[in-house]
Amino acid sequence: MIPSITQSRRFTSIYNSYLVAFFIFLAAPLIVVAVFSFNDSMFPSFPWGGFTTDWFFSNQGEKTGIFFDSELLGSIGLSAGIAVVTTVLAISVACCNAFLFERFDFPGKAFLYILTLLPLVIPGVLLGVSILVFSSEIANYFEDTWLVELEFLRPGLTLVVIGQFAFITTICTLIIAARLKKFDRTLEEAALNLGASPLMAVFTITIPYLKPAIIGAAIVSFLMSFENFNTTFMLVGSDAPLTVAMFERLREGSTPVLNAISVLLMLGSGLLALINIGMQKKS
Amino acid sequence: MGNLGANARLKLGLWLLLMPLGLWLLLLIILPHFELLIFSITDPEDGAFTFEFYFEFFTEPLYWRTFLRTAVMSILATILTLIIAFPVAFYIAKMLKGRSKGIVFAMCLIPFWVSELVRTFGWMILLRESGVISNFLQWSGLAAGPVELLYTDATIMLGLVYSSMLFMVVPLVSTLDSLDDSYIEAGYDLGGTNWNVIREIVIPHAIPGIVSGCIIVFMLSLGNYLTPVLLGGKDSLWFTEQIYTQFITRFNWEQGSAFGLLLLVLSSLIVWLGLKASGQSFTKTMG
Repeated sequence: MIPSITQSRRFTSIYNSYLVAFFIFLAAPLIVVAVFSFNDSMFPSFPWGGFTTDWFFSNQGEKTGIFFDSELLGSIGLSAGIAVVTTVLAISVACCNAFLFERFDFPGKAFLYILTLLPLVIPGVLLGVSILVFSSEIANYFEDTWLVELEFLRPGLTLVVIGQFAFITTICTLIIAARLKKFDRTLEEAALNLGASPLMAVFTITIPYLKPAIIGAAIVSFLMSFENFNTTFMLVGSDAPLTVAMFERLREGSTPVLNAISVLLMLGSGLLALINIGMQKKS
Repeated sequence: MGNLGANARLKLGLWLLLMPLGLWLLLLIILPHFELLIFSITDPEDGAFTFEFYFEFFTEPLYWRTFLRTAVMSILATILTLIIAFPVAFYIAKMLKGRSKGIVFAMCLIPFWVSELVRTFGWMILLRESGVISNFLQWSGLAAGPVELLYTDATIMLGLVYSSMLFMVVPLVSTLDSLDDSYIEAGYDLGGTNWNVIREIVIPHAIPGIVSGCIIVFMLSLGNYLTPVLLGGKDSLWFTEQIYTQFITRFNWEQGSAFGLLLLVLSSLIVWLGLKASGQSFTKTMG
């Protein structure tokens, strides 16, 4: 069970084969997606038609590679834009929240903390529809009473950002607050003794200390937004972000161009994951 | 701020920090769910109070059966995920040290950085009639013709377990990490068998991790949309699908709101029961 306790050979070999099976289980779907992106066939399935990179680079005949599929490329841009805006908003609010919960004591703090954690346990679909209902009600009110059409409160990109921001802020708050908790406050006091104002102390001492957590939270937030489907699907208008565009194609049955874009996504998120893990190690 | 006292400045800071938090929670979490509640109990014609949408849920077998089915399958998926993840988490936390520990743990984490859509797509390629496993079975002579492995309840279960694995492994590894090896050794020294040690020492220590893992996995399964729709096909009958249909396809927002609230009540109830049964607090478990 633990290295200092010897186990029977049979137990060890069963345990080890279980672990091998587990990792095959984890990797299998990703591997087949990658392999079939190089299949020279119109469908991402058998028979194997030979090796090709057409699904990445082809721009002629009936095969459109991912680098020439303007619809998917456009949706990548859209998703990236949504992710950047969501991340900036979520990180700003999360920093405020972290300071609030770590530095201040006030009545109702425990209750507010529970509310802050709540978005983690609300299903994404539900978060989406509740924001949809609420924003439509506001938009209807303005339309009926003031004859003003608030387009951004109707399904569309702004609502998608709002919906994702609603739960990503919680995750960023937890990451940043965890590091702020470890901060040695005497450093700030030293700055104050040297004549810095409290705000100056925070911006020159505390924020730089929080930087690894802020970058980590930003990476997590970017990916969560980029890859979000449930909340996004409830709030999209006519412009489809990447996950929604991929979902539509998946349902219709698509060419292996879908595998090609999946490979790019894997490379992108794998890279971000490694950066994040590496940074956590350093700090 | 020179003429403000330190105390007043602290107060001002508190209020400034409370504002974004308050706006976020009020406008995006509390009021929208409150609006959902209002919607579900208001007659759209005359604005009067009505219970008809909840009544509809309890009288239409399709609705409440889908609801029950979603709950039962989510609980089952949670238990399966726990059983599958536990040995792996134990291995990472207790058998590995230093560098290899970091690498194996990262191997568990990295697949989950990839979009759920991509992972589900992978399972579709593996399991469909013209897919990898079907072809392998034919090639090896285990099956005479193409085998369709998609669109069954077992496939949905597989997808649910797969997509929430990480959220079980991580809390388990972090609680098991804090279990001192000497307790396990003491258990063996006192003549305990593997089973005794696991039951009397390892599991009691891991309870906080087990509870938080189970809660997250349950919530994720209950709220999952992609896996049932893509792996389960047309007859997957998942409750989130019902909510989507009511809202987007049928444009029956009142009925959809009632469904949404029922889902919220169910999930809160089960989370609360889980916390009560294990004596854990919500803030500690989630934070």
